[in-house]
Amino acid sequence: MADITADGYSPARDEEDEAQDKALTTADGTPLKISLRRSQARQRRRAFYLVAPLLAFLVVTFGWPIAQMTFRSIHNPEVANYLPETSAAIADWSGDDVPDEEVFAAMARDMKTGVEDRTIGRAAARINREIPGARSLVMSTARDVEEMSPPYRDAFLAEDEDWADLEFWRLIKRETRILTPAYYLLALDFEYNTRGEIVERPEVYQVYRLLFWRTAWMSMAITGLCILLGYPIAHLLATLPLRKSNLLMILVLLPFWTSLLVRTSAWIVLLQQQGVINDLLVWANIVGDDGRVRMIYNQIGTIIAMTHILLPFMILPLYSVMKTIPPSYMRAARSLGATQFTAFTKIYMPLTIPGLAAGVLLVFILAIGYYITPALVGGESGIFISNLIAQNMQGSSAQLKLASALATILLVAVLVFYWLFNKLIGVDRLKFG
Amino acid sequence: MALPTYAGTGERVWYYTYRVICALIFLFLIGPIIVIVPLSFNAEPYFTFTKQMLSFNPQGYSLRWYEALLSSEEWLHSIRNSFFIATSSAIVSTTLGTLAALGLSRRNMPYRAFITAVLISPMIVPLIITAAALFSFYARLNLANTFFSIIMAHVVLGTPFVVITVTASLSGFDQQLVRASQSLGANQVTTFFKIILPLLLPGVIAGALFAFITSLDEVVVVLFLAGPEQTPMTVRMFSGLREEISPTILALATILVGISILLLSTMELLRRSSERQRGMTPG
Repeated sequence: MADITADGYSPARDEEDEAQDKALTTADGTPLKISLRRSQARQRRRAFYLVAPLLAFLVVTFGWPIAQMTFRSIHNPEVANYLPETSAAIADWSGDDVPDEEVFAAMARDMKTGVEDRTIGRAAARINREIPGARSLVMSTARDVEEMSPPYRDAFLAEDEDWADLEFWRLIKRETRILTPAYYLLALDFEYNTRGEIVERPEVYQVYRLLFWRTAWMSMAITGLCILLGYPIAHLLATLPLRKSNLLMILVLLPFWTSLLVRTSAWIVLLQQQGVINDLLVWANIVGDDGRVRMIYNQIGTIIAMTHILLPFMILPLYSVMKTIPPSYMRAARSLGATQFTAFTKIYMPLTIPGLAAGVLLVFILAIGYYITPALVGGESGIFISNLIAQNMQGSSAQLKLASALATILLVAVLVFYWLFNKLIGVDRLKFG
Repeated sequence: MALPTYAGTGERVWYYTYRVICALIFLFLIGPIIVIVPLSFNAEPYFTFTKQMLSFNPQGYSLRWYEALLSSEEWLHSIRNSFFIATSSAIVSTTLGTLAALGLSRRNMPYRAFITAVLISPMIVPLIITAAALFSFYARLNLANTFFSIIMAHVVLGTPFVVITVTASLSGFDQQLVRASQSLGANQVTTFFKIILPLLLPGVIAGALFAFITSLDEVVVVLFLAGPEQTPMTVRMFSGLREEISPTILALATILVGISILLLSTMELLRRSSERQRGMTPG
């Protein structure tokens, strides 16, 4: 650039620069564009490397276990794995008549291997869950199968006439499928009948649909109550002078920071029939000593305690949005002739909708998965679907696959709302305190 | 939001009604927590105020439930377990979470929104589902009923809080400071320890406290993962609330409220100090 004139401008320079731009290179001769792209890719990689350990950790110890659980809810390998030949032979069976020799022979071969490998019991147990008594049929025949000779069809029928039971064979045919929707049917109070059709379960066993429905409406009620109680508080905190509102904020944050169990036990203390609130009512002569109100171990107990526990999750997002609304908007509305009420409903409330949406979704998502509080204060009528998942996981009557199916349905519901939350509000906007 | 001088009668009435409503809601929020404190000093094995307590007769109060709590080897054992699990998992989740938050806050982070959503998801997925999945997972690895599996599970549950808190404190971070430090000759490591970390520390400590209290309070996952050796105090408290209700639980609850107050004050102090450090006016 030796030809720069005294006034710092050379008419030839513009053209020259343009030509240089096209071939702009770094010191080692790489074109600048490529070099820049490389360096940006490097920075992206560096950013990703920082996140990678946590991401990998979560995939292995959180994502993978949940995927496994979801898979377990449709996985049904027992019959196909432990009776492989029968599974193959029965594929062509029409289901109208006792199967032919081919199927019985396959069953005999499967039984021989099953007895050797000690796996026949697992297949029998699986079938027994659908047809009680089938285990002893399979096991007693399996014990004798070594001495039997073809034709196996007649030998089996001579051993036990239950082998002519079409229901049994239809079940075997159905259960040869490795993936089954059976646990989802069960989770929605349906089942296969003996002909393999999907029907509603008998009414006495119907419980899960009711529980899903109850979980949904009680969560909605809790969310509604949280709006009702949280909105005024958030508004007060957002409009008070900072010094006062910071002080009052402690009253919101302390419950938020206090253990869930502590808060639940506090409500047990307050609400039970010999508890503080009933004592107060009796003392004030509102109810008699024998007319103590039942406020716990039912739906009321769950709703009160959960509203209390989830209320901060409504107040905090509402508050952070309300704080950004300039008070001058309300004054402008008033000066233009709006009443306090009109100004509030037409100007203020629409501006708070983002905070409201965040609070509603957060409270609802947390509510539908609640376990501890309903278990402690819900009694019989106030428990949620989570409690049934837990019941199906514990004890001697555990049905892990049913629990997995229920959990997967709940998980899908939660993820839909989470997706909605992310779409509308964005998870990166979540903050505490 | 003081009442303007031109307010009419209706507005005045509404203003005071509104204040009363708010006071009642605050009472609803804080009342239950306050009530258990005096009840934990009950001399009788009841969950309600006795006549002696109401007349402030010293005989109505006693420390017997605290004594019962602190002299029971079972309770002490489970309290020790709880603190051990909470401390270990808080350390791990703070390390992993802080690193991730540093990455997420970089301008060039790819798939930021999606990855954030994944990292936050343990907070959103119902605990019973996490418990069900982790129980089967660790049972297959023969690791159920070990401290290792419980701590790993609590790391999962604690990291979202660390990520959120540290990301929030990074959002107010002035990148010029990093460039200034580097232009003055510091390398990346020196810049991190001398400039970034001190500014970040309040956020990191806040995140660690969140992870700690999340683990300390957690019930559902440990209910499934903990064997008799690892039983933390929350599980003991949970079964206590279900079966033989004794005011010992209220004594423990009062201690936990004390811990919450302590942590909350620490957080407030941290927030103020971080704002001072960055030259913002405390608010």
